[in-house]
Amino acid sequence: MQFGLFSVGDVTPDPTTGRTPSEHERIQAMTAIALKAEEVGLDVFATGQHHNPPFVPSAPTTHLAYIAAQTERLLLSTATTLITTTDPVRIAEDYAFLQHLSGGRVDLMMGRGNTGPVYPWFGKDIRQGIALAVENYHLLRRLWREDVVDWQGKFRTPLHGFTSTPRPLDGTPPFVWHGSIRSTEIAEQAAYYGDGFFHNHIFWNIEHTAQMVGLYRRRFEHYGHGAAEQAIVGLGGQAFMAGTEAEAKRFFRPYFDNAPVYGHGPSLEEFTRATPLTVGTPEMVIERTLGFADAVGDYQRQLFLMDHAGLPLDVVLEQVEILGREVVPVLRREFEARRPVSVPSDPPTHASLVAEGPQAPHHLVAPARTAADRAAARAG
Amino acid sequence: MTRRIVVVTAGLSNPSSTRLLADRIADAVTTQVSARGERAEVEVVELRELAQDLATTMTTGGMPTPRVAQARDLVASADGLVAVTPVFTASYSGLFKMFVDVLDTDALNGVPVVVAATAGTSRHQLVLDHALRPLFTYLRAVVVPTGVFAATEDFGGGESDRLGRRIAQAAAELASLVVAETGAVGGFVPREDDLAAPRRRSSGNGVDEDVTDFETLLGGLGQ
Repeated sequence: MQFGLFSVGDVTPDPTTGRTPSEHERIQAMTAIALKAEEVGLDVFATGQHHNPPFVPSAPTTHLAYIAAQTERLLLSTATTLITTTDPVRIAEDYAFLQHLSGGRVDLMMGRGNTGPVYPWFGKDIRQGIALAVENYHLLRRLWREDVVDWQGKFRTPLHGFTSTPRPLDGTPPFVWHGSIRSTEIAEQAAYYGDGFFHNHIFWNIEHTAQMVGLYRRRFEHYGHGAAEQAIVGLGGQAFMAGTEAEAKRFFRPYFDNAPVYGHGPSLEEFTRATPLTVGTPEMVIERTLGFADAVGDYQRQLFLMDHAGLPLDVVLEQVEILGREVVPVLRREFEARRPVSVPSDPPTHASLVAEGPQAPHHLVAPARTAADRAAARAG
Repeated sequence: MTRRIVVVTAGLSNPSSTRLLADRIADAVTTQVSARGERAEVEVVELRELAQDLATTMTTGGMPTPRVAQARDLVASADGLVAVTPVFTASYSGLFKMFVDVLDTDALNGVPVVVAATAGTSRHQLVLDHALRPLFTYLRAVVVPTGVFAATEDFGGGESDRLGRRIAQAAAELASLVVAETGAVGGFVPREDDLAAPRRRSSGNGVDEDVTDFETLLGGLGQ
């Protein structure tokens, strides 16, 4: 199973000092957090993509390449890549290039973005969000899988005789996740292609997350990619840890109470009850996280949001240290102990996809069993 | 067949004149449904008890608290709705609107609704037609022609009891719609051809498992 960090990349004032980091400091902090992730034995670092303040990560592949140059094992990913407003041609080229630079240590998570004004800045309309995600991603698959593409669609200039360069590393496109909180169409999309499904989870109750994952799993099986329990699932979560629960709460409460995403609404206690946020000891985080698998089934990737609520960098690095040294080793052991042999431990990686060979379903634009296939199977 | 009547009331004090009016309308609806040979079951959503839950739901990106989820289920499964609010600053109260704002926009499709309001003076009575009626029309509810407005002086009643007559009138209009059959006979007309078929309703709780097949989504874009 893979464990890692995902960062939104928000510039948030530290409410205890009133100090707001500069964009430069925040970018450097995200890099330091990613490097720390590898140092303490985590597997993945995923960055957000945003094009509006107070967020800094507008150039994910630039940043991930910089991190790749300073790491050896860390898998670089996104949370999320805006498939709606980013030209799929640029996604195809940028991430193939990143594959080459990083030696294949790349996967991506597609997301739509929920900020209305961002869409028109890129010539798009949020009301077409789902349709954009569907059309753009299908084109992206073709660009990575067909050397020469002739294409016409609703939202982009047609392509005639177009070759996206460089071609994916070893002719093998990166593995893709689709992130969605509430949109069932996106769970359906992930299932159709046999891609991974990631539920951000951090602002939702586990019952809701479990319903979305359950839908994806059933449809994954429906499309012939394997049994429902073999579908590739990732979850988000967030925590703040200290030696005792009281100490963790004492330190984190002013951050929670004032954070733009948490504060001025429910109490810390109400929010930790309702969502994955765990503020307490490493043991509490372990127990809470293991419980996710009871709700969504055995899964393959757990990402934690640790640089939230305006916490200063030194505190975040210390939190990542505790996560990597004390929490994740236990989680690895316990998650594998409960996992049936038929359920994959890890999501597909570049190495595993290359090993499957060029005839594997991963290399098909549309690997799903079609309605015609299903009818034929029923007819026996 | 039992018809489920849900009463949403936004009074703040206890006892509140808004709740008094809500109860009178609910009783009248029960009587009118019974008069049509059916049984009515009334459930009351006191919005004052949900005030903090509504604020929490608003500040957590729409994740409903368990109590908000329960209230949404009630409304989305109602056969008829009675909505009563005090008039605050020339409109429905903020608490009342917060509740309407957490409802799914498909929660009240085609549902018969009585709108009612209380105020200190009858000068506010157009709130029914300028604020409440368009609100529920937006939600595709069927607002009955008679709204019920009660200023403080109306609770005096007197011999004419105009308020009582108005309540009975609104209740009768609601009861007629609540007991009426809707749509085609099941299985007789294929659903997609049945132009009179009611729109599906949703509480907004939980995930809609009825997804559009992805091949259809892709095909719709010509891919």
